Amino acid sequence: MKLVICAGPATTGKTSVLRHVIKKLLERGHRPAFLKLDIQFAEEDELITREFAIPTRKVYSGELCPDHCLVIVLKDSMVWGQKTGSDVLLVETAGLCLRCSPYVEDGLGVIVLEATSGMNLPLKVGPMLTLADVAVVTKVDRVSQAEREVFRARIQDVAPAVRIREANALYGIGLGPLVDTILATPDIGDTTLLRGSPPAGSCTICTGAREIGQTSHFGRAKTFDNGLTYEGAR
Amino acid sequence: MIERISVLAGRGRRSEADAVPCLEFRMGDVVSIVGQTGSGKTTLINDIEMFAAGDTPSGRRVLIDGEPAPAAFRDDPACNPVAMITQHTTFLSDLPVGDFLHAHARIRKATPEEMATAVARTLDFANELTGEPIAPASRMTELSGGQVRALLIADATVICHTPIILLDEVENAGIHRGRTLALLRQHRKIFIFVTHDPNITLLSDYRIVMKEGRIAALLPTDEIERSLRPAVTGLDDMMSRLRDQLRCGQRVRPSDLDALRPAQLRSFRE
Repeated sequence: MKLVICAGPATTGKTSVLRHVIKKLLERGHRPAFLKLDIQFAEEDELITREFAIPTRKVYSGELCPDHCLVIVLKDSMVWGQKTGSDVLLVETAGLCLRCSPYVEDGLGVIVLEATSGMNLPLKVGPMLTLADVAVVTKVDRVSQAEREVFRARIQDVAPAVRIREANALYGIGLGPLVDTILATPDIGDTTLLRGSPPAGSCTICTGAREIGQTSHFGRAKTFDNGLTYEGAR
Repeated sequence: MIERISVLAGRGRRSEADAVPCLEFRMGDVVSIVGQTGSGKTTLINDIEMFAAGDTPSGRRVLIDGEPAPAAFRDDPACNPVAMITQHTTFLSDLPVGDFLHAHARIRKATPEEMATAVARTLDFANELTGEPIAPASRMTELSGGQVRALLIADATVICHTPIILLDEVENAGIHRGRTLALLRQHRKIFIFVTHDPNITLLSDYRIVMKEGRIAALLPTDEIERSLRPAVTGLDDMMSRLRDQLRCGQRVRPSDLDALRPAQLRSFRE
């Protein structure tokens, strides 16, 4: 089974891209399965079941960071995907934090960005872009040729190895080559590793501390002047 | 350098085949695609933009110099020879116009001098198209509809080095159509207009007529139509002047309709 992890900020068109990918995979005789990860509400899984009658699941991360949640449930979801007899598991992340990149070494990492989010976006995204294999740029018909070209050049500046696909996700135009890339990805093994380290862990805020101010927290912490400090447990 | 692109026939909505088996665009051509709303004009230019290979709903195939488009055209957007400006296209940036054009020129031109020249030429070009001059210090978001259209066309023509430019109904906002066509003809590119405008259509070398999703006809602008161009441009200019006069709070008088010249029109009919 092949594993595709699709990340990207909210509302960029991840679901639209994956809908067309599913359609094209089915046309070529493949058996995709779909997992949606979100915080507390998602209906993409139901819509996709209704449209394509393929196996789908969703996981709500609730109190957890959705990308951390994905890291934890990914192994079980691969077991689930295999049990359904699928040959491609498509995972759509919640797409909230630009710092996280839940891509794994043996799977295909796809980020969906919208050209309408401004020419500087590629410079702001970080590992979600730099560790991806493919960057799908949607809504290209909405922006001037100039912004489209600058957007593209800036993706290549920060992520020279990423392959860019410009697409109109509404009509699925430009997504054929993405399906080719998915099918050329090797099957995933039993164990796989994250491509990068997620943001510094043991965040006291994530574990429930509510006091504001640096002195109330320990572990790695940011200072007001953009420094990074370490403080042992208080 | 690309010399020609061909569109091999596909099918319309009622699965009737395109009437032209092979549509050829040659470098330097100015072409209009006409047809009623929903007739398939935008689908045709989408086919061209995405180098359809029988994989779009129309089933058309696009060839570049007689060959299927190189994979790089689809794989690497930086190699894509097509620039497209649609009715939805706009600028999002809030930079001053000069800074914005420099940001674009920087990824295209090697030296600061080349960049400065490209920016100046783009501004001059845009200012030829619009009645309201664009200053380098104006913010992109402050530009009027006409200024935005003019700058989109100028930037795609001067700074982009794409040999094919698709313009999807860009004529509506205040740009000078006759002058636009004359200026574009100085650049050796293929310009394809999707248009409802009679002036742009008649100033084109030929027009493609769409109906029910299919290419229904290819009509070269014939001799009689070419002889009508000055009169149609005159009418168009007259309407532009009327618009400006009314916008500036002036009165309109019978002499402002001089371009109608019924005598001249009658002579065309004979």
